[in-house]
Amino acid sequence: MGSFLARRVGQAGVLLLIVSIIGFSILHLAPGGPLSQFAATGDMTQEDLDRVARQMGLDRPLPVQYAEWLWRLLQGDWGVSYRDKQPVLRVIGSHLGATLELMLSSTLLAMMIGCWIGVLGAIRRYSVFDTLATVGAMIALSIPTFWFGLVVIYVFSVGLGWLPAGNRYTIGDGSWSDRLHHLIGPCIVLALVSTAVWSRYMRSSMLDVINHDYIRTARSKGIPERRILFQHAVRNALLPMITIAGLHLPTLLSGALVTETVFTWPGMGRLFLDSIGYRDYPTVMGILMFTAMLVLLGSLLADLLYGVADPRIRTA
Amino acid sequence: MTSPVGAIDGPPAKPALTSRWDSPALRRFRRHRLAVFGAVTILVLTLACIVGPFLLPFTDTFIDIRQRFAPPLSGAHVLGTDQLGRDMLARLLMAGRISLAVGFAAMAISMVIGVCVGLVAGYYGGAIGAVLMRFVDAMLCFPSIFLLLAVSAFIHPGVETIILLIAFTAWMEVARIVEAQIKALRERDFAVAAEALGASDARVMIRELLPNAIAPIVVAATLNVAHAILAESYISFLGYGIQPPTPSWGNMLDNAQGYLTSAPWLAMLPGAMITLAVTSFNFIGDGLRDALDPRTDAR
Amino acid sequence: MTATPALVPAMAPVTRSAASMAEDVVLDVEDLSVSFVSPQGIVPAAREVSFEVRRGETLAMVGESGSGKSVTSLAILRLTPPAPQCRIEGRVRLRAGDRRVHDLLALPEARMRELRGSAAAMVFQEPMTSLNPVHKIGDQIAEAVRFHSALSKRGALDRAAELLDLVGIPDVRRRMSSYPHQLSGGMRQRVMIAIALSCEPVLLIADEPTTALDVTIQAQILELLHDLQQRTQMALLFITHNLGVVAEIADRVIVMYAGRVVEEAAVLPLFKRPLMPYTQGLLRSVPRLDLAGRRCDELAAIPGNVPDPLALPPGCSFAPRCAHRVPELCDARVPLLEGAGAEHFVRCARWASLAEGAPP
Repeated sequence: MGSFLARRVGQAGVLLLIVSIIGFSILHLAPGGPLSQFAATGDMTQEDLDRVARQMGLDRPLPVQYAEWLWRLLQGDWGVSYRDKQPVLRVIGSHLGATLELMLSSTLLAMMIGCWIGVLGAIRRYSVFDTLATVGAMIALSIPTFWFGLVVIYVFSVGLGWLPAGNRYTIGDGSWSDRLHHLIGPCIVLALVSTAVWSRYMRSSMLDVINHDYIRTARSKGIPERRILFQHAVRNALLPMITIAGLHLPTLLSGALVTETVFTWPGMGRLFLDSIGYRDYPTVMGILMFTAMLVLLGSLLADLLYGVADPRIRTA
Repeated sequence: MTSPVGAIDGPPAKPALTSRWDSPALRRFRRHRLAVFGAVTILVLTLACIVGPFLLPFTDTFIDIRQRFAPPLSGAHVLGTDQLGRDMLARLLMAGRISLAVGFAAMAISMVIGVCVGLVAGYYGGAIGAVLMRFVDAMLCFPSIFLLLAVSAFIHPGVETIILLIAFTAWMEVARIVEAQIKALRERDFAVAAEALGASDARVMIRELLPNAIAPIVVAATLNVAHAILAESYISFLGYGIQPPTPSWGNMLDNAQGYLTSAPWLAMLPGAMITLAVTSFNFIGDGLRDALDPRTDAR
Repeated sequence: MTATPALVPAMAPVTRSAASMAEDVVLDVEDLSVSFVSPQGIVPAAREVSFEVRRGETLAMVGESGSGKSVTSLAILRLTPPAPQCRIEGRVRLRAGDRRVHDLLALPEARMRELRGSAAAMVFQEPMTSLNPVHKIGDQIAEAVRFHSALSKRGALDRAAELLDLVGIPDVRRRMSSYPHQLSGGMRQRVMIAIALSCEPVLLIADEPTTALDVTIQAQILELLHDLQQRTQMALLFITHNLGVVAEIADRVIVMYAGRVVEEAAVLPLFKRPLMPYTQGLLRSVPRLDLAGRRCDELAAIPGNVPDPLALPPGCSFAPRCAHRVPELCDARVPLLEGAGAEHFVRCARWASLAEGAPP
């Protein structure tokens, strides 16, 4: 376990370095580079721009600039938001809660439903249920999240009036039940794709597990089928799901951005879009780097969790 | 006498865990139906988008102020009109041209990048392979929509730039697939033999190795079209993709949210088109996967 | 029983008494047929297999892979795939510890489950994959105990420790909380045996339990099984393709070929005077040293391959590979299993003439 942990953390470190190089490249790829914000407003002369560039150290060699940028990044100095005039990390932090709330709740929902569908589909392979689940999952993976969001709003908010059409809570209310009520719509919308993903992977994982010899052993012991299914099959089939959870994180983040936009959910995704609209450069770059690091951290955590959950790695 | 042997929880009809003895014929047949459905849909859709606009009485840019928000099936406009009185069907077909073209073009470019990176990384391995594949891993850390939006916000988006952008964020999976295939293939006899005969690296890669890895590449290409169409719709919906007046399925939805109460078809129709097209490509991809590599079942 | 004159052919087809089971018979299999439904058609895996195993006895079932021996053993415990894919016909009766006779194929699944792992248990070929990787050894043994006895969780774990000790695993306390991957193949097979023995079964089916193990470990496991059988007087159905193992452990042997029993005899007569040409071929293919340490004869492999179960020959299944084949006799119909002496049965149309022609 120790060497596994060390190796995995080392890999993550290397990846973080490459991720930062990509981020830095994007920053300088854009026409005007980090100055495009000032250039775009049009009320600065070329002289002014040159002065700002010198102030920002943009006249120095790129490797030096990169090293400095990375150093500031690692120290937590992510720049100041043009729009809020606040440190970028603080701006991100104030929007992170809403996004995490949405992502966690929809992941929970998707895991429960998706795993269940996957298990049932595997044990009743090629049944009507399995076929419908398979086709349904493929359609779910093909529906644009924003459109599904609009459909949900149209049906449940406009049509039936059951759910609020957006926001995290009613202004002036903000009670626990009110927040929950607002969470239902976006949570379902974000969970759709995840549910499809979970059900597909869970199904194939189950199919893999139930053909293993130890399932036959369990059966030869004469223990109830239900116990064979849950104690022996599902328990093993869930192990690879930990890795899937890590791999699914980028898709989930992308979905969250779109869902937040449709439901005017005040999370990181909306902040990102708004920042782009304002050409709030530091915030855009900050969120981009933040999400990439979140994904990196997620897959690292997933691997470590796998190591804890699987005795073959834990006790190695 | 047939005994209810092996039934797990009582009656024999109850399905059970073990399933090694399935009928592949049955399976292929059903899978095939979906793939066939997908292929036919894409064919019809593509034809309609190419030919359709010439046959319609309205162009997609014709503004009929008196006929604003005409609901579908209510008059001259089969699928109704939008907020400016433009014919929805004509717009959907013209948007389809753009969306499908973006899908195919972005797929083609992303495949070229992915195959090249995968080939080189898989063939040379070692330091080159490690660096390339770590770069792939790093690119995959960025959620694609965030990456697309960040870049498209800085550059002025046109159809060509959008295609390039989507391609640049969609080649990594392909590179991974190709790298794994090539790595496995290059140990095999025919590759070793070709190398021993003095064939150049490029020749071994392209003539000997690549054709043997074509099955997963074809599957990935199909799925990549689906991905590209979705990606285009996302960023266009968010306002940073294809810019009006050029219609695309994604940007038709852009301001439809405001009319959700009064004219829901404005949002429903383009969304349904995206779903239909993407589902079809996914079906084809799934069918191809089964047909080309019978060993893999569900992912 | 008096010694039957050696070469007197008993021409009457052998039918076993269907009505009652003798007191000491633990397992009675009658006309057991197992077939699988595949896209290419119905594949017969075992056909009209009949045999019995008595208390304290070891019956070895021998055959090449694909001869139907594993399928037969799985079908006895109803561990084959479920009904639409797999058909089982015939009768399997088991005399449980309380002397009650159960008709296994007719039992409802819930009753069958009660017998499985308690009255009849099984040890499988692959110790490396037959244990659940995420559960501790102790829990995997205790699980069977808990479901077949009134013991508490604590009691079941104590019993598991006892069993580990019984199968010769050192340092029991530590091993109880080990995971399968921390044990060697031989150790894992001992654990499998402990699981099988946990409820003191009257019948143990061992499906090639030593095939995946090193030769020295093989011998240890065989010895362990033998010891345990001496102690508990359980009936042992031992499935193997290894004739060396058969010589070591078996009291009686049945030889399977293409899903059918082709010869049945006590172990010594079978090795000394095999009657079926297939059995003869099998024995010839075993390397042997004579007393002087030289290799006896040349190793003779049986020419040809096991027939395709979808295209079995109309007569004797072995005929296409048989050196003694007489087409009009062997290809006409499937030979019957005939008595050929004291508890010696053979399925060959020519066994009598062959035996006369070539005395042992």
